[in-house]
Amino acid sequence: MYRYDEFDHAFVRDRVAEFKDQVERRLSGALNEEEFRPLRLRNGLYLQLHAYMLRIAIPYGVLSSRQLRQLAMIARTWDRGYGHFTTRQNLQLNWVKLVDIPDVLAALADVEMHCIQTSGNCVRNVTADPYAAAAVDELEDPRPWCEILRQWSTLHPEFSWLPRKFKIAISGAAEDRAATAFHDIGLRIVKGPNGENGFRVLVGGGMGRIPYVGQEIRSFLPKEHLLSYIESILRVYNLFGRRDNIHKARIKILVNALGIDKFREEVEADWEATHKSAVDLPEDEKRRIMSYFAPPDLPPRPARDEAVAARRASDPAFANWYKHNVLAHRVPGYASVVISLKEPGRTPGDASSDAMDLVADLTERFGHDEVRVNYTQNLVLPHVAIADVPALYDALVPADLATGNNELLGDMICCPGLDYCNLANARSIPIAKEIAKRFEDPSRQEEIGQLRLNMSGCINACGHHHSGNIGILGVDKKGTELYQITLGGNPKDSASVGTIIGPGFRAEAVPQAIDTIVDTYIENRDEGESFLETWRRVGAAPFKEALYGAR
Amino acid sequence: MAKPNVITANRLTDGVVVYLAAEGQWTEAIANAQVAEGEEETKALETIAENAVREREVVGVYPMPVALVDGAVDPLSVRERIRAAHRTTLTKDWYDVPL
Ligand code: SF4
Repeated sequence: MYRYDEFDHAFVRDRVAEFKDQVERRLSGALNEEEFRPLRLRNGLYLQLHAYMLRIAIPYGVLSSRQLRQLAMIARTWDRGYGHFTTRQNLQLNWVKLVDIPDVLAALADVEMHCIQTSGNCVRNVTADPYAAAAVDELEDPRPWCEILRQWSTLHPEFSWLPRKFKIAISGAAEDRAATAFHDIGLRIVKGPNGENGFRVLVGGGMGRIPYVGQEIRSFLPKEHLLSYIESILRVYNLFGRRDNIHKARIKILVNALGIDKFREEVEADWEATHKSAVDLPEDEKRRIMSYFAPPDLPPRPARDEAVAARRASDPAFANWYKHNVLAHRVPGYASVVISLKEPGRTPGDASSDAMDLVADLTERFGHDEVRVNYTQNLVLPHVAIADVPALYDALVPADLATGNNELLGDMICCPGLDYCNLANARSIPIAKEIAKRFEDPSRQEEIGQLRLNMSGCINACGHHHSGNIGILGVDKKGTELYQITLGGNPKDSASVGTIIGPGFRAEAVPQAIDTIVDTYIENRDEGESFLETWRRVGAAPFKEALYGAR
Repeated sequence: MAKPNVITANRLTDGVVVYLAAEGQWTEAIANAQVAEGEEETKALETIAENAVREREVVGVYPMPVALVDGAVDPLSVRERIRAAHRTTLTKDWYDVPL
């Protein structure tokens, strides 16, 4: 993991002191709310429905046990003892007090964390494949590149006031588990013409009011040019992106207004003109950063563990959990383990301080001191010896953290919605809970198979509803919460935006509608076909018919 | 006739949802909110609230329409019901969808 050097420490401490002063000036009246608001947003502090909300950056979703324990402590001491993991791999605290924020930021700085650039029109937390350095299909670890981008983008003078926020995701694996096509810039590490690794660069993807799948601006970018090329993209965006209309300010709008070819021309022209004199990353600095990400020492072990096999044969709950939440690792005898935050009845992505403490302990005991936050709002221990998996499972069960629903219907992505969010049009958490209740029986989820269900409480799409195989969007229709359903979204390779299937449903009708959609899929699917494959083959008609009949 | 109103805001120091009560006090309990009948009474309460903003007691003040059900204040929108409930969602429970 990356460790702060002296400069990083001093920088974050300075920032804490600066914001402490700003909070004091707000409380003393030297700053009014209008003046204070942009300052607090620069530090990830929002004022939501119920209280202040603090968004804590978890760089590319990577935490040590010490950091996770500190987050638990912070939530317990200064909040209501829980936090919400988000689709940006960050953590949000829902009930922090303004007067406590300086203490919270100081406690974060103690473990090399902060809230800088978790809000505002700047480059946000760069997200990554949660199975980095563990996945069998990985070409190269994306985390060092995330860290390089993080350092480059933090308080970048030219790119601190972009037309709108800017999100980047990187995947170094064959399968896209970071939804790169739905980012302002999506980077895929790929093999180049001479066998060397570089980046395939996508640009202009995004969710929100007008969703787009990112388009390829470059099929191969040599790694050493990453920073200068991204600078050129951002420079073109900074120059031509719209600032007159907040709904049209994201880079996706610019890319689609110009067309990808014209946009590429602009970027390449800027890059030709600037990159030779621009500072791409010095080799020493690159090596320094890379050295922090050396994988843990994992001596190969027998690929098959007899005790684990026996437990799987004798304990169906364990076997089911193992099947979905224990994933192959590139070193024989190891696995990546998904700790589901989607126990039916609970708010997706929420974790109590006690749960965080427990996971921190288990990370130390079994996980080589590294835990990841998945953008699908679960936690992942990337490196666990298979022989340790039963003990890990037994420790998770009493804490209700051993739900075996990874990538199944119950593994819903869900934004906070109207239960917390000031921008929401409708609730999402209660709907998610009702759906979870409807599909609580694991055998029903097993029958359905992998299915991504995503839900947002408004068109901002923090819950990625556009990329859900089934997406649910809460809207407000004359004071009534109404839920629009989209089908056929896909966050992975051959990404797609879901299609609205028809008129919206009232809250209480949503679980039945999902049931109907799922039944229609099961009736229509060919052997071994996923929801997405069936949808792409049969189209909307049978789903419409089932949902709306002759209506 | 115009709906009755109460004045709501977030407390500056901790952001908690509050309502303007009698004598310029702020309360977390909507039951204790001062109800303004008609435009003039609402205006008078707004003036008190604006002063509280200047005094750094609260932020984000606005009047919200309510109904009076047997004398009790009933926030009309789902949003305002959620705000009034100060509700935590960590609990393991199932929601009744209609709030
Ligand atoms: S999608 Fe809308 S309701 Fe949900 S968290 Fe984002 S802004 Fe809030």
